[in-house]
Amino acid sequence: MGTVIGQRLPKLDAPDKATGRTVYGHDVRLPGMLHGGILYSRYPHARIVRVDVSRALKLTGVKAVVTADDNPQTKFGYGKDNTPLKGEVVRSLRDEVAAVAAVDPDIAEEALGLIEVEYEPLPPLFDAAEALKDGAPLIHPERGSNLFQKYKYSHGDLGAGERESDVVIEADFELPYVAHAAMETSVVVAEFDHRGHLTLYSTTQIPFLLQRDLSEALGLQGSDIRVIQTAIGGAFGRGLDIYPYEPIAALLARKAGKPVRISFSRHEEFLAAPVRQPAKAHIRAGAKRDGLISFREVYALLDIGAYVSWGTVTPLVMMETTASLYRVPHVRFTADCVYTNNPITGAVRGYGNPQSTFFVETMMDRLAVALNLDPVEFRIRNANRPNEETPQGLKITSCGLKECLEAVAARADAARMKDESKRMKSEMQIHPSSFIPHPSKRRGIGFASTLNVGGGARIYRSDGCGATVKVDDFGHVSLITGSTEIGQGSETVLAQIVADVLGVTVEDITVLNSDTDVKPWDVGVHASRTTFIAGNAAHIAALEARRQIFETAAEILKVSAEDLMARDGHVVETRQGASVPLSKVARARHFREGGTVILGEGWYDPPTKLVDKDTYKGNISATYGFGAQMAEVEVDTETGKVRVLRLVCANDVGRAINPMAVEGQMEGGAQMGLGYALTEEVIVQEGRVLNPDFLDYRIFTSADMPEIESIIIETDDPQGPYGAKGVGEMGGTPTAAAIANAVYDAVGVRLTTLPMTPERVLKALDEKAREQKEK
Amino acid sequence: MPKFHLTLTVNGEQRELLIDPRRTLLDVLRNDLELRGAHRGCDSGDCGACTVLLGGQPITSCLILAADCDGMEVLTVEGVTPVHGLHPVQRALVEEGGIQCGFCTPGMVMAAIALLNDNPSPTEDDVREGLVGNLCRCTGYIKIVEAVMAVNEGGA
Repeated sequence: MGTVIGQRLPKLDAPDKATGRTVYGHDVRLPGMLHGGILYSRYPHARIVRVDVSRALKLTGVKAVVTADDNPQTKFGYGKDNTPLKGEVVRSLRDEVAAVAAVDPDIAEEALGLIEVEYEPLPPLFDAAEALKDGAPLIHPERGSNLFQKYKYSHGDLGAGERESDVVIEADFELPYVAHAAMETSVVVAEFDHRGHLTLYSTTQIPFLLQRDLSEALGLQGSDIRVIQTAIGGAFGRGLDIYPYEPIAALLARKAGKPVRISFSRHEEFLAAPVRQPAKAHIRAGAKRDGLISFREVYALLDIGAYVSWGTVTPLVMMETTASLYRVPHVRFTADCVYTNNPITGAVRGYGNPQSTFFVETMMDRLAVALNLDPVEFRIRNANRPNEETPQGLKITSCGLKECLEAVAARADAARMKDESKRMKSEMQIHPSSFIPHPSKRRGIGFASTLNVGGGARIYRSDGCGATVKVDDFGHVSLITGSTEIGQGSETVLAQIVADVLGVTVEDITVLNSDTDVKPWDVGVHASRTTFIAGNAAHIAALEARRQIFETAAEILKVSAEDLMARDGHVVETRQGASVPLSKVARARHFREGGTVILGEGWYDPPTKLVDKDTYKGNISATYGFGAQMAEVEVDTETGKVRVLRLVCANDVGRAINPMAVEGQMEGGAQMGLGYALTEEVIVQEGRVLNPDFLDYRIFTSADMPEIESIIIETDDPQGPYGAKGVGEMGGTPTAAAIANAVYDAVGVRLTTLPMTPERVLKALDEKAREQKEK
Repeated sequence: MPKFHLTLTVNGEQRELLIDPRRTLLDVLRNDLELRGAHRGCDSGDCGACTVLLGGQPITSCLILAADCDGMEVLTVEGVTPVHGLHPVQRALVEEGGIQCGFCTPGMVMAAIALLNDNPSPTEDDVREGLVGNLCRCTGYIKIVEAVMAVNEGGA
């Protein structure tokens, strides 16, 4: 094996990003490009009586105005329930009613103000539980119900599990709306050519599915649509769906006969981009005195908003955590995904897993306390093991859950911390809001684990990715991959794989990954799948290119191809040491009668299957990633503020092809997990977002971040490229649970609502004090 | 609306422009001067992606009218980038893994340069506080802080 695998190599695209040369969606300028703007609904639920765009059309500089009259007949989206512009009914405050294209953004905005819309308000629905009741207003009356989908999963015998339990814990959880908060807001540029072919410059994560989705949304053939991905300034799941602004840009471009850009302001991003589903969950869990889990039962109610997205599939992941994180003999999981007039929700990094891991892992902590077991020991006793199939049908191959837990526990210096917090707790017997002897700050530690797909996730017919490796006459290598770079470093990791096979450096490789007219199909960048799936595809393509190289080099060197290796840009004969430059091999193969170029193709679709549509069982991923975190917190009992002092993160990543990139995923994931735990919430009242800016939607800053230690656990996955498996989403998944468990360790209260704001912590402390007084 | 005659020294070069007086410095940099390294992330001074140096001080260029910068010196990420290679802050961010999606990076580079101009040997806390106005959603800041710490270490 070469030396390039396992190296901490800088991202190949980093120098351009550091110097401002990189072209993001907001930087795209096409000749004659117009600026689009969208008029959103004034009511969360209303009938549109009249739309009058005549005044807007008369404004100088306005080149096109579109309304629902410009929509094609077809509906689009995961639930086929959406149209670019809304004609009869608006179902949320982000509903698009009309759009304009003008020569500059100010004129576009002015034109939007000239559009007259008459509404007849309809009874709104803002509560997911209300949505399920008889007589609730119907968001999509033609569906007959606000329940979009019910997920029902079970294994074992819940009754038996309950009977054999020595402890049973029950709790309710409430989880908030969360925004992706990518630094770059949503942006699209649409352009038609003389053939009527659409080119869409997009920040999508699913370029090929977007072709299909756009064809439905616009009534075009998929073959008439080309998606070019600009550099993407953060995605985190936002780009996993088609959203109305994309076909709206195309409708405007077609009508105006000019390219049209729509770029969201930050306000618009908070108001109109999707958010993570808020969830209410009721959990029951049991365990036996011997420290084994006996059962888990979860009911989750998800408010998906007015339209369905891929984010509605997140219960598939929630049930995976519920059914398969640790060995759980008896499980029942039910989830209802319901329509309301609230903001549209979508996929956010972790895809349901941060939610379910929060309730599963805080319940694990409660069980450990009830059984008087060490929380790490309890987890290890129940941990998944290598080479076992869970009752859900997940075929776990490599598994380092135990090692992850041991690694974070070793850093916890658990004994010292426990004694300390015990001593502190005994001091804490008075009402926390009243006078407390100094100090008011209590420390605690908490643990949580995570299970995540690590070898793709088959939620579509194909979970594949294609790759082509080309070597030109000068020995330069191009990797054309179907996969998408969203900042995570896939282009560098894939180049490392190709470089290792061909014996070149990553600087000798150009990665082409941004144009559906060029690159082979890929389902998209999601589910922590790119290193595993696109990595395997690139590896296959590189091996084929090398076979061709060795074939010709063997002729040149007059040796057997089996005795050749690729090294330092040369093909080397291993016995005598004779060598020939790669460039010379490429030319020799090309410039001769019947010559050909070096071109290796690879396609990888993992050996997995869609889950059964009734039982939801099946091996959705070719392998699974594991992780554990330890949080050390300080809770100020006077202010309720929780400060995380240290977060230790361990992830089983199979093999770290680029440890620096792996750490980047772990640390960045932690930033999102910390926000989910403590500060981030899109506050929605009667369908309206109340905090649409970074001043009021608080993501962690550099000053807020705790000390983070990233520990990479390598388990050498049998199917991963060089043993690697996915890591992208796990970084933030267990964080909220670890912090909540640490808060309990510090002050003895269980927070079941996120984020754990000072107000909520103080309220919990007050309640605890009141209960103690009553006793 | 009457145009404003703006004189700016941008990256050491004097520029004269006729602008709409409502334009921010960020608008002028990105649209009139085609310097698109400063990024628009929020338009409210919260994210720091548009950070440039005005008269040597870091500012969020989305919050200041270009007309208010008349006669002043502006330094952008393009101006600190050498013809060949990278500025030490850029190099450190590249090598330490402080860049993922990169959207915040030019602003981060400018904020870090300003920080190091004021304080060539910052502590970790100094760097964390110094970059507090520059949001990043990818890296968790850990490697960015390490990179800025590394710039003046070991004679780099």
